[in-house]
Amino acid sequence: MNSAELVVTSSPHVRSEDSVPKIMWSVVIALLPAFFASVYFFSARAISIVLAGIAGAVISEYIFQKVRGKKITITDGSAVVTGLLLALTLPPTIPLWATFLGGVVAIVIGKQVFGGIGHNPFNPALIGRAFMVAAYPVLMTDWAVDGVSTATPLALMKSDGIATDTWRLFVGQIGGSLGETSALALLLGFSFLLYKGYVNWRIPLSMISTVFLMTFIFGQNPVFHIFAGGLMIGALYMATDMVSSPTTKLGRYIFGIGAGVIVVVIRLWGGYSEGVLFAILLMNAAVPLINRYTRPRSLGEVK
Amino acid sequence: MKALTFKQGIHPSYNKELTKDKPLKNAKRPEEVLIPIKQHIGAPLDLLVKKGDQVDLGQKIADSESFVCAPIHASVSGKVKEIRKVTDPGGNTVDAVVIEASAEEDEKLVSNLEKHQNLDNLSPDDIRKIVREAGIVGLGGAMFPSHVKLAVPEDKNVEYVILNGAECEPYLTVDHRVMVERPNAIVFGLKALMKAVNAEKGLIGIEDNKMEAVESMQDAVADETNIEVKLVETKYPQGGEKMLIEALLEREVPVGGLPLDIEVVVNNTSTAAAVADAIREGKPLIERSISITGRGIESPCNLIFRIGTKLADLVEQAGGLKENAAKVIAGGPMMGAAQKNLDVPAVKGTSGLLVMLADEVEDFDPDPCINCAKCVDHCPMYLMPTTLIKYAKNNMVEKLEEYQILNCIECGSCSYVCPSKIPLVHYLRLGKSQAMAKRREEK
Ligand code: SF4
Ligand code: SF4
Repeated sequence: MNSAELVVTSSPHVRSEDSVPKIMWSVVIALLPAFFASVYFFSARAISIVLAGIAGAVISEYIFQKVRGKKITITDGSAVVTGLLLALTLPPTIPLWATFLGGVVAIVIGKQVFGGIGHNPFNPALIGRAFMVAAYPVLMTDWAVDGVSTATPLALMKSDGIATDTWRLFVGQIGGSLGETSALALLLGFSFLLYKGYVNWRIPLSMISTVFLMTFIFGQNPVFHIFAGGLMIGALYMATDMVSSPTTKLGRYIFGIGAGVIVVVIRLWGGYSEGVLFAILLMNAAVPLINRYTRPRSLGEVK
Repeated sequence: MKALTFKQGIHPSYNKELTKDKPLKNAKRPEEVLIPIKQHIGAPLDLLVKKGDQVDLGQKIADSESFVCAPIHASVSGKVKEIRKVTDPGGNTVDAVVIEASAEEDEKLVSNLEKHQNLDNLSPDDIRKIVREAGIVGLGGAMFPSHVKLAVPEDKNVEYVILNGAECEPYLTVDHRVMVERPNAIVFGLKALMKAVNAEKGLIGIEDNKMEAVESMQDAVADETNIEVKLVETKYPQGGEKMLIEALLEREVPVGGLPLDIEVVVNNTSTAAAVADAIREGKPLIERSISITGRGIESPCNLIFRIGTKLADLVEQAGGLKENAAKVIAGGPMMGAAQKNLDVPAVKGTSGLLVMLADEVEDFDPDPCINCAKCVDHCPMYLMPTTLIKYAKNNMVEKLEEYQILNCIECGSCSYVCPSKIPLVHYLRLGKSQAMAKRREEK
């Protein structure tokens, strides 16, 4: 060995095993229980919807990067996460073409125009969903279980004041989007991410607690509210999107509480029966501000 | 005993098994030493010898009138072959005295230090003088002149002297060996340090992955009423001065301040042993211990080497580099400096020589920051590394100051955890130099 070949780089000389692809693919794994649950509850159609969502996201990322002459990053798993997450928030009756388009919008408008991974201020999957809610309002509210159209528990609650049985809510035997319905499956995957250290718990904890407390205070059934609709998937997997959430611990609490408050305000007094989408997008917009005002006190600093 | 600790930090692989049971051995006396004439943080020194001079072991070869400096002594007897520029392990180009060793039989220690078997007849001032004359600096790697730390201003009081035996850098086992083999020297040194600053209490903080050292030190302090061994959690950077103080005393060193501001003085355990050697044997700092370790070295070991020994000589005594060795680091993997070649002298602050194999040396191609906040969540100084490097890249000095960049201890925890493999410390250093430059301008 010739010492002229020694590698010289700056310290530290060892790194942890974590990497962006590892994190992203772990999120995919974490979403598998919810995916399987959706197949169980909504039959094989769930599979086609998920594939359409992922295809829209991955193919558009590939084409966008190819055209712009950028490094192709589709193998890092982040586009797959976006497509999968988006698909899991869609109703089982959604046409495949619309799902595909949603995936395209999520990646192109939600992520690539901002400069790709790490630069998107909003959660791309939510941008895709927001686009679909605006473009296809009818398709987006056609819910069904076992081929029979039903209203979602939240809609039932809002229009008729009917509360769905809590246990059915928890396991997911209800009308709703593909992956939103089974809180059990979502929590299972989340605990895997928590174990890996790939997700922060402050946002979901504060967001869900806020919804629980507020609905309780306003005389609603708080258990119903935390398991119904998109709150679980939103709080566990969308609000926690690293790129578009705060970097400080205090900031994450504020983000979660803020999102929780907005969810309840929309659910109880707004025009929509569900408010998770807009709650998270609004809080995404506030992230730079939250980061700025929640800088931790450095050791020995007198603030 | 419950292990104390600080908040945040990381858990890298420690790899101490390679050398932790290898007793300290004297390295071969080198044929030639390159002694840089600045091995401390502070003022430059004046040369006291010239080409052709005969020097004795322990003879002072450089010193200065300045307060913040540490003199340098010949680490072998012999002839000054030349004075030339060398690169030190930190990558700085410095003047060095090159001494060609004479026959070993002729070697005897000359020293202007008197020997004292106990501290009774020594005043705090005497102790400080000995520490200064012996050229002792922080052996943990910082190389800050030790006597300066012992100069307590009139209006300050010191409650604790803490000895840092955490040795949190992965791989390194020098302090561990010294604690196992020379506990009494460490305790003697600690008492001298306590006397020098008039401190009531002494603490020795040791990570709980070094139980052999803990037991050894506990035995040594069994009869001491005011000295205690404290267990600290094995977590990086537990051995950072501020982290150790936080763990042991729950006190925070103020930003820009010193441990002295909170009535604490911290020294490394090996430094304490060097202080004992200076007082009891009249021996200046002419040698120190080093761990030569890593998967890329044939026979990992712990050696006591003469200051100025070339890295190549040390590598040779550890069996040489393996075929596919790719990186040689002076120090540990977290804060050590990679070396271009092995003609570099090991100095007072060189506590380790780590050799990594090609397959351990990754060629990182950083991804964009994904805002995961792992760097923020693990920074022991509660900084926001991801935000700081954005300001550093854009030379936004005011923001860097507001976000306390100068409080960064360059521990590398942020770079370590970053999933995007961004060289955060590299940019943090850049940012620190921008902030320092502004400070200097303002003065
Ligand atoms: S910012 Fe500085 S102190 Fe904090 S982890 Fe990084 S190197 Fe260490
Ligand atoms: S750890 Fe790396 S990727 Fe994560 S926030 Fe810090 S700099 Fe960004």
